[in-house]
Amino acid sequence: MSDIREQNKTEVIVVGGGPAGIACAVTIARAGHEVILIERGRFAGSKNVFGGAIYTQPTREIFPEFEKTAPLERKNIEHKYAILGKDDSTIISYRKKHEDPVSYSVIRGKFDRWMAEEAKKEGVILVEETVVRELIVENETVIGVKTELENYYANIVILADGVNSLLAKQIGLRETIEPKDVAISVKEVLKLDKEKINDRFNIADDEGCIYELFGGPMLGKLGLGFIYTNKDTITIGLGITLDEFGEDDSRPPYELLDNLKSHPSIAPLIKDSELLEYSAHLIPEGGYKKIPTLCGAGVMIVGDAAMLVNNLHWEGTNLAMISGKIAGETAVVALSKGDFSENSLIRYQNELEKTFIIKDLKTYKDLMDVMHAQKTSYLDYYLRKINSFFEMFTSVNSKPKRELYWNFIKNYFKEKNPKEILKDFGYAVKLLWGILIK
Amino acid sequence: MTIENKLSTIKYSPDTESHLRPDNEKCKSCKSKICQKVCPAGVYEWLEEEQRLLVKYENCLECGACRIACESKSLGWEYPKGTKGVLFKNG
Repeated sequence: MSDIREQNKTEVIVVGGGPAGIACAVTIARAGHEVILIERGRFAGSKNVFGGAIYTQPTREIFPEFEKTAPLERKNIEHKYAILGKDDSTIISYRKKHEDPVSYSVIRGKFDRWMAEEAKKEGVILVEETVVRELIVENETVIGVKTELENYYANIVILADGVNSLLAKQIGLRETIEPKDVAISVKEVLKLDKEKINDRFNIADDEGCIYELFGGPMLGKLGLGFIYTNKDTITIGLGITLDEFGEDDSRPPYELLDNLKSHPSIAPLIKDSELLEYSAHLIPEGGYKKIPTLCGAGVMIVGDAAMLVNNLHWEGTNLAMISGKIAGETAVVALSKGDFSENSLIRYQNELEKTFIIKDLKTYKDLMDVMHAQKTSYLDYYLRKINSFFEMFTSVNSKPKRELYWNFIKNYFKEKNPKEILKDFGYAVKLLWGILIK
Repeated sequence: MTIENKLSTIKYSPDTESHLRPDNEKCKSCKSKICQKVCPAGVYEWLEEEQRLLVKYENCLECGACRIACESKSLGWEYPKGTKGVLFKNG
């Protein structure tokens, strides 16, 4: 037994070859330590799915020159926020040709694989096609991992095993995930001529456009849709929290996506495209209140496994990379001290709390609760109301405008009783207070 | 487009045994059968006559939605073996 332990012993094991795990492993390797990165897929990225964009600044923190060689699709120059009614839409758009793009659309099967290869070049030992089944715990300390084939031992094990993190659950670092704390996301990558993509989205060859979609088939549900442009494909998808599927008449996620695709404001964008690949994944939505215990003796949790997603701003991979980096730095400090106790690894949590990651999640700590309580109002009624306002505003029907305005206002007070109005404004104030003050 | 058509665009390397193991006795008394509704791959189908949950595990996208949604938390769920399961090229 002890022989095997010696043979299969390394300094750090990182479980999961996504942005968090790779950032973590490469940080440790750069400091000259031995680190094994275990990925369950055939290659890093082959089990990974996301909406569509990685962020430039945080990615540079891990791979400073990634733009020179990484497989990038398009640099995003436009964000469109589309509020979809049943058959109409109102769109707010922000467009700027940054010298330095904020984000790039990427395909994870290519991009994660590239990151993992880069990490390998810098000394990370990448073990693919290997599932970690459980953690080996001795004296309440994580000392290694059990894979299908053999056991590996390490001073520190870092869990970057994604949203389901069965390993964090095994050692009790987190509670059972509730259906309201994750969203099921389905997406389709659609093949379309480059010229058509450029024309329809009003962009040049290397420029990209992002749509964030509210309402439509998700009216009244905690769900959002998205569109990203790639070189010669378009990504369209949506995510809905799991507690939205309990009703008798609720439809499966792929049917909602079909409805979104056939919405009159969306269908022309993807017309004549061909489905290249369908995929699905869970998105952590629990926010600040559902962050697990981030470390224990011999173990740290990073990325999706730690629920580090800022859903309102569509940020996840950046939180993953930066949390991975900080856990990596903490591992390096712990290795230099030879101290792998919880007291030593708590540095990870302390450092994380100083960053935008925990600060932002704290800022939006009430968001999901408010949205759950107010979804029929904020995610249905008001979305439709915004569209009906513009329908009124753009109408030409030989009726005096003042009459139209007053009708609109009267209808609002007819449709909402004073108690509801108070509640709507009350929650909005609560949310704003939470975001801006405390 | 049917879910079968969507799934036909995905590369799989199916295992010979299921990595999804529902407790059929609990499924019998489950009212919502929510696994059928949340699964993005239509893996689950309740066969009323046979009183049995059919699991088309080879279509699984390994997202974990069923595991979390399962009312009685009785669904045995693990990742397929390292060489098996779904392979996304464009995730």
